[in-house]
Amino acid sequence: MRLWAQSHLCQKQQRVSSVLAVAFALVFLVLASSQPANALPAFARKYGLRCSACHESWPMLNYFGQKFKDNGYQLMNDRDAPIWQNPGYWPVTFRIIPLWHRVSTGKVPVDSGAGQVEQRLTSSGFDISGLDFHTGGTLEKNYSFYVLPSSDATASFHFETVMARLDNLFGSPWLNVKLGKFELDNLLSEKRILTLTSNGGIYQLYHFMPQGDGNIFGQIGSNQLGIEVMGHSYNDRTRYSASLLSSNNGQVGFNYGANSYTGFFTASQAFDAGRLGVQRLGFYAMLGEAPTSWLTNGGAPIPGSGTQNKGFSREGFVGQFYFGQHVDVQVVTQHGSDSAWFGQGYGDLVDGVATLNNTPGTSLPSTARNPTWNGVLIEPHYVYSPQLIFLARYETIRMSQQGTESTVLNPVRSDLGNVTTYTVGYRYNPFMTSRAGFAWHNEFNIFHQTGTSALTSTNINTSELLMGFDFDF
Amino acid sequence: MDKLKSAHFVGVTLFTAIVGLVFAAAPAFAQDAPDVGPTPHLVVKPMESHIGNITGHAAAGKSDYRRYCAGCHGDLGDANGENAIWLDPKPRDFTIATFKCRSTLTGTLPTDQDLYNTIGRGLTNSNMPIWNTFTKQQRADLVAYIKIFSPRWEKEKAGDPIKVAAEPPVSLDSIAHGKALFTKLECWKCHGPAGKGDGPSAGTLTDSKDNPIRPYNFSAGKDDSRFKCGNTNEDIYKIFMTGVDGTPMPSFADVIQPNDAWDLVHFLRTLQVNRHSKENEVLSAAHGVIPLYVDKQTPNPAPAAPADNKTPGGGH
Repeated sequence: MRLWAQSHLCQKQQRVSSVLAVAFALVFLVLASSQPANALPAFARKYGLRCSACHESWPMLNYFGQKFKDNGYQLMNDRDAPIWQNPGYWPVTFRIIPLWHRVSTGKVPVDSGAGQVEQRLTSSGFDISGLDFHTGGTLEKNYSFYVLPSSDATASFHFETVMARLDNLFGSPWLNVKLGKFELDNLLSEKRILTLTSNGGIYQLYHFMPQGDGNIFGQIGSNQLGIEVMGHSYNDRTRYSASLLSSNNGQVGFNYGANSYTGFFTASQAFDAGRLGVQRLGFYAMLGEAPTSWLTNGGAPIPGSGTQNKGFSREGFVGQFYFGQHVDVQVVTQHGSDSAWFGQGYGDLVDGVATLNNTPGTSLPSTARNPTWNGVLIEPHYVYSPQLIFLARYETIRMSQQGTESTVLNPVRSDLGNVTTYTVGYRYNPFMTSRAGFAWHNEFNIFHQTGTSALTSTNINTSELLMGFDFDF
Repeated sequence: MDKLKSAHFVGVTLFTAIVGLVFAAAPAFAQDAPDVGPTPHLVVKPMESHIGNITGHAAAGKSDYRRYCAGCHGDLGDANGENAIWLDPKPRDFTIATFKCRSTLTGTLPTDQDLYNTIGRGLTNSNMPIWNTFTKQQRADLVAYIKIFSPRWEKEKAGDPIKVAAEPPVSLDSIAHGKALFTKLECWKCHGPAGKGDGPSAGTLTDSKDNPIRPYNFSAGKDDSRFKCGNTNEDIYKIFMTGVDGTPMPSFADVIQPNDAWDLVHFLRTLQVNRHSKENEVLSAAHGVIPLYVDKQTPNPAPAAPADNKTPGGGH
């Protein structure tokens, strides 16, 4: 049996080698057939620029695209106002992704004759993403807007972005104001992420919550409701932003605390490094408070009644390093901390994320501490051409202090909830026109979390292979 | 068995990736995208540019040209990029190497610095953006790259930059003389008596490729108003002393003396009625009235522009 297995494995390896050889040959042929890259729909139709002018690889922005965004979707020429456009112009882009994926999740609790056990669950099949309905641009010179109704795969819509923006107040690029629900000023934008899998399609760093933590309000990757003041130098080398946000994780309807706010601050400086390109270094900080106590009715929390705000913070550095025209590395670090109250499971009672209510007289156990963690995200790209990008990402988040102190009677793993994830993939745009964008996307992600399986508190490993057509029009 | 599963999984992954790639690329093999045209395979000539102590190389500029420029200027530099048909004015045709913004005399090639400045400044009243997010090296490489499209760069040297005389102080006399020159040189025929780009010849103008072209409207814009080739007084001076090649705007270098040219600059600034400037301050102090200029050598006053479209300051 063992001999058969070795022989079979050998045959398999030969087959894999053959497949690899064919793969390289085909990849070479595909690369040789690259077509010129053109413009993307909504803004490119307006300005007549190829998509590659603003995107390192769609949808990730390059410096020129970042400057365009920072100017309120304006090139700052005399044709930014919509009056210059053909009246038939309508700044709309739809984006959707038909795909095939294979997801393998470890340690899933399942029923068996001997009670519940954990086992790996693997499934594959064809699927679709939700639909993004981007509409944005200028209402008049220096008045811009962005509205993004977004659906899940069942066409259940919500407003991902709704904001209006005043640009170049007093004639200065240093003063721009936006109001509404918008993406935080993250230099490495999750909304323009190049990956699509469930765990690789987000930055874990932007959404991390320690095990048992009840605070959903510190997610810098979620679009938030608030007001932002941002400014930049004429060539966008220097940037800053300051936002005042409602601590509700971008959810509408005033369902959370009446007086809980969060501040989000960023600043960055770019440098001309000659043939290497433009290098940017910056930092971000999110400092906020969110409710832990709720009035109840029949035991159910009353939306909007949150009080007893407790603090949380996220801060880190961002680096965008370019090594010539083809290679770059994006780096984000984070140090995060939540109040011990959140760490004990108080917080978002309305959505059921938190289970405990900080009613008068409640006190924390003596072992409660502020859950604290550190993380880093490293994402290198190889940009073969504007039409083909190879990417990888390594992300890890390590708890430096759990929300509950480990004792002899109640031991707590110091690495409980640690996250590590690896993603590799590529995006190939066989063509683009100024009317539509199209990418063949292929990606593989491995996600590892420490000690969080439901039954045995052991490690969970999840993997996902995804391929599909990412297109907009 | 785990290894077997892994090998099987790798095989499935690669197979599906390859099938997808081929499937996605198949149309590219079959035909070009309808409005894109064939992909050129240019041999990049070893052109260089020199900007201060930076040397630009054409080969290094190719990638950025395709990424940022080719959509309008075309892969062959012939102004036939896929977006060109939608643009007005049309993008520059690098194959004929005629450039609007120069510090050199009309008909000559611009300096590398001229082209470098144009890329970073952009061109107002056109779709050419301000590419000031590039590194200096990127801009220098692009300057070198656009030279590959025309044999002129191999046969000719760039012209010598004109000498710009020191600017005299702004005065009412200087503005009045500038206005007289504006009339005498018939600038108003295209730009209009009030500089609104509505002179009697404005509707008939075409560029060197017979595309309709409009004269500059001085009165548009406010403090952020720019000229195609810059926004300083020296830039205006250079524009009419070197001309805007490829357009009906001629060079006046052989017609007026440097000090006269500065007077014309001072008057042109007063046509920018919504812009704060030293010239407009001087004019405001004179209650907006430009006196009739009397040439001390020629007792007769300069002829007046048509009165139906009055020059600001002179008409109220």
